[in-house]
Amino acid sequence: MSNSVAQNVRTFETHPEATVPAESPLAWSYHHSGRPGVSAKSCVVLRERAMLGHMILRGGAIVLDEAVRQVLGVGLPARPNGLTRDESGERSIQWLSPDEWLLIVPGGEEFALEAKLREALGDAHYAIVNVSGGQTLLELEGEKARELLMKSTPYDVHPDAFPVGKGVTTVFAKSNLILRRPDEQRWELVVRRSFADYLYRWLLDAGAEYAIGVEA
Amino acid sequence: MFYIHCPYCEEHREEEEFHAKGQAHIARPADPESCSDQEWGDYLFFRDNPRGIHHELWVHAVGCRKFFNITRNTVSYAILETYKMGEQPHFTAEHPDGKPAEKVAAEAEAVSRQEGVNV
Amino acid sequence: MSQSLKQPNRLREGGRVDRARTLSFTFNGTRYQGHAGDTLASALLANGVDIVNRSFKYSRPRGIVAAGAEEPNALVQLGSTEAAQVPNVRATQQVLFDGLTAQSTNGWPNVQRDVMSLVGKLGGRFMPPGFYYKTFMAPASMWMTYEKYIRKGAGLGRSPMENDPDSYDHLHQHCDLLVIGAGPAGLSAAQTAARGGARVILCDEQEEMGGSLLDSRELLDHQPAAQWAERVIDELAALDNVTLLARTTANGYHDHHFVTLHERRTEHLGETAPLVDGVRPARSRMHRVRAGQVLLATGAHERPLVYGNNDVPGNLLAGAVSTYIRRYGVVPGNRLVLSTSNDHAYRAALDWDEAGREVVAIVDARQAPDGEWVEQARARGIRIITGSAVLEAKGDKRVSGARVATIDAEAFKVTGQAETLACDTIASSGGYSPVIHLASHTGARPIWNDEILGFVPSLVKGVHAAGSARGIHDLAEGLADGSAAAARALAALDLSAGTLELPQVDARREGATCALYQVPHEKPTLRGPKQFVDLQNDVTAAAIELATREGFESIEHVKRYTAMGFGTDQGKLGNINGMAIAARCLNRTIPEVGTTVFRPNYTPVTFGAIAGRHCRELFDPERYTAMHQWHVEHGAEFEDVGQWKRPWYFPKNVNGKLETLDEAVARECLAVRQGVGVLDASTLGKIDIQGPDAREFLGRVYTNKWAKLAPGRVRYGLMCKDDGMLMDDGTTSCLGENHFLMTTTTGGAAGVMEWLELWHQTEWPELDVTFTSVTDHWATITVTGPEARKLLAEITDIDLDKEQFKFMDWREGKVAEVPARVFRISFTGELAYEINVQANYAMHVWKTLFAHGEKYDLTPYGTETMHVLRAEKGLIIAGQDTDGSVTPEDLGMHWAIGYDKPFPWIGKRALSRPDTRRVDRKQLVGLKPRDPAVVLEEGAQIVLDPDHAIPMPMVGHVTSSYYSAILGHGIALAVVKGGHNRMGETVYLPMVDGQVHEAEIVSNVFYDPKGERQHV
Repeated sequence: MSNSVAQNVRTFETHPEATVPAESPLAWSYHHSGRPGVSAKSCVVLRERAMLGHMILRGGAIVLDEAVRQVLGVGLPARPNGLTRDESGERSIQWLSPDEWLLIVPGGEEFALEAKLREALGDAHYAIVNVSGGQTLLELEGEKARELLMKSTPYDVHPDAFPVGKGVTTVFAKSNLILRRPDEQRWELVVRRSFADYLYRWLLDAGAEYAIGVEA
Repeated sequence: MFYIHCPYCEEHREEEEFHAKGQAHIARPADPESCSDQEWGDYLFFRDNPRGIHHELWVHAVGCRKFFNITRNTVSYAILETYKMGEQPHFTAEHPDGKPAEKVAAEAEAVSRQEGVNV
Repeated sequence: MSQSLKQPNRLREGGRVDRARTLSFTFNGTRYQGHAGDTLASALLANGVDIVNRSFKYSRPRGIVAAGAEEPNALVQLGSTEAAQVPNVRATQQVLFDGLTAQSTNGWPNVQRDVMSLVGKLGGRFMPPGFYYKTFMAPASMWMTYEKYIRKGAGLGRSPMENDPDSYDHLHQHCDLLVIGAGPAGLSAAQTAARGGARVILCDEQEEMGGSLLDSRELLDHQPAAQWAERVIDELAALDNVTLLARTTANGYHDHHFVTLHERRTEHLGETAPLVDGVRPARSRMHRVRAGQVLLATGAHERPLVYGNNDVPGNLLAGAVSTYIRRYGVVPGNRLVLSTSNDHAYRAALDWDEAGREVVAIVDARQAPDGEWVEQARARGIRIITGSAVLEAKGDKRVSGARVATIDAEAFKVTGQAETLACDTIASSGGYSPVIHLASHTGARPIWNDEILGFVPSLVKGVHAAGSARGIHDLAEGLADGSAAAARALAALDLSAGTLELPQVDARREGATCALYQVPHEKPTLRGPKQFVDLQNDVTAAAIELATREGFESIEHVKRYTAMGFGTDQGKLGNINGMAIAARCLNRTIPEVGTTVFRPNYTPVTFGAIAGRHCRELFDPERYTAMHQWHVEHGAEFEDVGQWKRPWYFPKNVNGKLETLDEAVARECLAVRQGVGVLDASTLGKIDIQGPDAREFLGRVYTNKWAKLAPGRVRYGLMCKDDGMLMDDGTTSCLGENHFLMTTTTGGAAGVMEWLELWHQTEWPELDVTFTSVTDHWATITVTGPEARKLLAEITDIDLDKEQFKFMDWREGKVAEVPARVFRISFTGELAYEINVQANYAMHVWKTLFAHGEKYDLTPYGTETMHVLRAEKGLIIAGQDTDGSVTPEDLGMHWAIGYDKPFPWIGKRALSRPDTRRVDRKQLVGLKPRDPAVVLEEGAQIVLDPDHAIPMPMVGHVTSSYYSAILGHGIALAVVKGGHNRMGETVYLPMVDGQVHEAEIVSNVFYDPKGERQHV
């Protein structure tokens, strides 16, 4: 472990070196509510992309943008509620507030990435917080995905109002989550760990009429 | 159910994303110890309850989590404007149709003097 | 069950019903038949069913009056099974389906022979407003008894006693323009907007879109108007930017153009939604629409005339007669008398005549009617009696005649000799009232328009009205008005409207309407036959007159005294007549009297539609920790803490019996005190705080000092509001010079986070500090008890030596191979380690602890044991032992108040106010019941003198109370006036059952007062 105190902030590698069983926030849900299969009738498909690296970046846009460009090769989204991705599509940065961004990267990258960013940022005023254990990412796909979202969120998900490259934090059922549109086909839902089961059950219930299926 | 323009997200959002936090522009006294009990009590407990234009502090709780101000008509519930922390309202009880341009300019100047900023 | 298979009032042809599809249904136990396309009302009329209900107050027989949402009488209870019961359905809005089962809402034992009509007689010929209060209230204690029977008689329908098998949902919609009503104005408006490319929603409450065009006598482009409507609807249906919602009522207009639309999706198919591919679709759906602009094309309701016995079955609205004939092929009688004040109503007589039944006479209040339809009626040889009105209907369970005489409407008197015309149906029309309910929901006061003798809506910004909804009843003008209104609405959004060629309408000359509301009678209103104004609430003209005589001059007061326009009716038929009568009695004009306010909902909405899928297991979010599955599998009972499900206790099976709460908690407590226990503490709020000013910020929001807390150390802190009252507490650890991890109470997490942001953003933006919630990121496992060190040592590489890793230190290392931060803090008073690991690995760590814990008899414990253990140590729970009126001083925690800190921290100034310095403030103490077996009740009030006369002065109350297994007696925390100076005194707790408990005021630290055990 190479935890360090850089700029008087304690960074922390959360992943074990040894192979240790890990459970996504939906482990209990799969066990308890099951996973309806995907069939030809499924107009919505749900897929969890578990164990990704989720990090919160705080600070001024200009200095962060420079550092992120340098480290990830992709800049901060220029506009509020913007979402940008790197070329592979595996790393994304989303605007959360004027001084806050969400970085999602392949699981395991977060500790090294934080170190690189801290190095690039030097003495600037900023904060980086690893929140990977606290959230998971769900994908929705299918011709009825948008209607399922309309049942769930008061945010306008019409393509005119919610183009590709947008992401918002909003109300979803009686909880809230981050809703994003990385490309034409998919919607992404970033949900908090403790609410994940509630949201999963909600999606299955609201999606039943669309024969929602869950990809393992 | 209000439809509120968040000045930070730069778009309208549903009321359920927000929390109302009471009257706006209530500054905490810089030196509480020098306040009389009455002054401190006024700061803590006394708020306006106008019929008509009112300035309120809200937070975009499910969203960008930023605090901002709303000028709202308490009779019609119309929201006349939302503005960021540190900004001044354009619509006031004194100027319900908006402040005249010269007043806005004077205020901006006063602020810049106060903050020692060159505009 | 009796059967009636004839439909005596069904025409051979005409209408929009499908005679090839016969449907059976049951009403009040009798089987009938109708056709596809019928409503329950049209089918009942086709079968000649006259009495559909008993009236609410007088229990008078009532028939169908209208054909739409304004129907006041035909309220039915639907459902063949208990679970399918739906009350208060208007038969005029319920589409017929095969097997429909309905009952009258009122009438006991049945509508034909009603017991409650005797109550009406008990009150004499005239039951004044307030009758029930005046008659049954004395003695007041008997009201409950009376009420039971009155309710049974004058029912309002009943809710099902079993679970609803159906599901419901919500759909959030957004559009540029919401058009409400798909009649002529609504259709032309929607078409105009849709062609311009705007996002349009068009809704209509009826089964089919088209509104008045569906039963109009008029031609559009030389074809029946309904054909034009069909063409427009087809065009709209093909467009991506248009959402068409039939069977959808706009039931409420809320702030900022938020409109709720209640769509009935399967109610025309059966009483329970039929399965589709094994899935039961939502029975109804609430569309929550946020519209840019709203266009009200809600049309008008015909206003009935108010005359004697106008409630006897067979009295209908003139327009309803036309609707039943033209739309459903049903003539609701044989011999018609039409009483009218206008030309438009003549269509009822023309339609009746064309249906081949007898029009006895048209009674027109005007001296010289001369419109085109008047001429058509004359040409057919129909008798027209001018300057006259129907004074009174004859008949009991069905109209048998109409007394007709010349009247002077302005002088409000009968001027001629009455003539009785034999008939079975009286249709009346006093003009048309724009449906302004939705505009009224926005708070805009309607405006009286003398030209149309009705209120038109005044409109807030962004709302438009078109066609009949604003008094433009002429078809050609209404079509043009709809289109123009849509263009205006789009212009307000900077969108352009499409072009539209309006259909050609043949011009039709119409004479003026005369003002007639209540028809005069030979006898004064108070002594004549009952003239009903509001049929649903049984409000008569006499009741309104009496109300004005009793001094109720404001129309709002008249409404409340008489109940006019109450309930599900919301004054659709009666309001304007009622205002006109009040105006007459008060010698004012209608605009002077003004109108009452219409409120949502426009028509009733089921609770199912309101709740959507926020019910049963989805009623509220349940938050789970990473160890939830383990808790479930190990038999935990759960407690709700906010939205979290936390293990409450873990009952064990002992000799085939499951432990009770008390047994389990006693065992769990002793395990922690004597061995080792483990708690899932993941629900505690956790906030990562970074920045050069983090320490300064902590000093400002906590009452105690943070300047010297070194990395590796932890401190307990109190957080107050600026009024000096405690709001939350918790520990904060220094991770780095500019890096802290704050914990909050489980319930306070979100509030504290917002609190920190509030102060940072609004008062101290200059401080360089950020806050990020990491509650869900870290799972927290508390291992506590004398054996905790031994157990933990087996699975960690951290040096647990008590000199190396002291109380209130934190260390980093591996626990069960997983990187962890371990905090040596204690909420039990025992040696304790709180282990934080990334939540995805928490289950592994938890299970590993148990794998090694067997030899120490590692005992999982829940929140109840946690509460007992901390109470034994006198540790508070913010929100349980405090309630927003307790200062840190009141808690005896002056050691955690940094009065000499340089910055005036939040809460400091308030602590020097005279009120917070009072010596007799309620202060936290311990209570030891004299009887060791007694566990005091939480919330019990404390008195000093149990013999004091009632009311006794109360000096405090119990905030926490438990049985302490380790001490062998009950313990309690309490707040007592001046309690800190009352140590050793005896107080008393009088209980509801008459017992008085005795307790000694003691220190709040019951166990290990020197705090040695946590330092071992």
